[in-house]
Amino acid sequence: MTAGPKVTVLDYGSGNVRSAVRALEHVGADVTLSHASEDVLNADGLLVPGVGAFATVMEGLKSVDALRWIGRRVAGGRPVLGICVGLQVMFEEGVEHGVRTQGIGEWPGVVEALPAEVVPHMGWNTVDAAEGSRLFAGIEDERFYFVHSYGVQHWNFDVTQPAMAPPRVTWSTHGAPFIAAVENGPLSATQFHPEKSGDAGAELLRNWLKTLR
Amino acid sequence: MTVAIRVIPCLDVDAGRVVKGVNFEGLRDAGDPVELAHRYDRAGADELTFLDVTASSGNRETTFDVVARTAEEVFIPLTVGGGVREVADVDKLLRYGADKAAINTAAVARPDVIDEITRHFGSQVLVLSLDARRTDNPSVASGFEVTTHGGRRGTGIDAVQWAKEAAERGVGELLLNSIDADGTKDGFDLEMIRAVRAAVKVPLIASGGAGKPEHFPPAVAAGADAVLAASVFHFGPDDAIAQVKQAIRDAGYPVR
Repeated sequence: MTAGPKVTVLDYGSGNVRSAVRALEHVGADVTLSHASEDVLNADGLLVPGVGAFATVMEGLKSVDALRWIGRRVAGGRPVLGICVGLQVMFEEGVEHGVRTQGIGEWPGVVEALPAEVVPHMGWNTVDAAEGSRLFAGIEDERFYFVHSYGVQHWNFDVTQPAMAPPRVTWSTHGAPFIAAVENGPLSATQFHPEKSGDAGAELLRNWLKTLR
Repeated sequence: MTVAIRVIPCLDVDAGRVVKGVNFEGLRDAGDPVELAHRYDRAGADELTFLDVTASSGNRETTFDVVARTAEEVFIPLTVGGGVREVADVDKLLRYGADKAAINTAAVARPDVIDEITRHFGSQVLVLSLDARRTDNPSVASGFEVTTHGGRRGTGIDAVQWAKEAAERGVGELLLNSIDADGTKDGFDLEMIRAVRAAVKVPLIASGGAGKPEHFPPAVAAGADAVLAASVFHFGPDDAIAQVKQAIRDAGYPVR
């Protein structure tokens, strides 16, 4: 049996990362929990978890110099998967309780409060999977586990370079449509928690592993 | 696209063993919470809740072991309550693999702990477990009073006001348990659910009184986003979760 792809789960003090590690191992990845540059840069895939406040996650990422490592991986075409607030920080800005925090800015857009009657958006919701999505292949009609009060409600990515593959954007709805996942070359992210989404989540992680190496 | 109504089995754990008993065919060891968690996951549970009812805090370590072993193999959200008093308790639960912590008596005693925990880990991590009962006490405007110590002690605090305050302080979710209905198998206290629903925006988990699948849709109609029960799953048929979900689906609500 050959070893699965090497995945580093970025360790910067964010919530329950044990589940992410176990879920990836469950689908065959060789997982390391670390923020050491060699682990972060050399892995076939880097998973960026994130729970809690946007500003807290950004602080945590900065404290382990992760912005640089994420940028370098993406520039080099090396896969990165953000989860939950790990999706949100890939956008330009987060606005929570009136406080604006600059994000990593890989994608244009602002993370704002969901205009829903009940928040947080907590539980299993369906998605409108992007045409040609690799992450959602075979699981387009499944439900995934979301826990969040904020989301990106507009996608304004202007692809001016014709050589660039168009990003695939998957949507869900809670009060208003919001971005549930983005697949953009090496950089992918999900607003929901695949590591907590049972069999459907495991399949999504398996699909991501297939894109590595 | 509408979020599904969650169906949540609750396991009372004492020194690492499920109490209140379970009654399943083919279960090797009916008292093992990890085995039961696995079984409920395969049966379609949307989340799991462990309530640590261990009397002596010295035996709590076994609960952490149960949490860790469950998180190793069950990939749905796991909430753990019982003995949560401060930020450090939540931190420890998360490190062992819990996704959310439920707080009850400690928050009534010192509400600031809600702000402290949610500031540290975010709202999504904290569930306020609210045990309420009906009261004639004229100072309790809603007629529903907060109790502590598993419903044994009244506090004179208005349950609707407390739910509102806890949500303002930052809890991400409310687990509303009717002490009067608990164990009756006569159905949920729908008036209580309606009263709390009208006061808060956070998701509401209804608990207490479920005896059969038909009891669940009215709780959803009254405003519950999720339903939690123990004995109806422990002592029900092996497909009890599927039956509950079917009843909710038949009433026109989405389920997973």
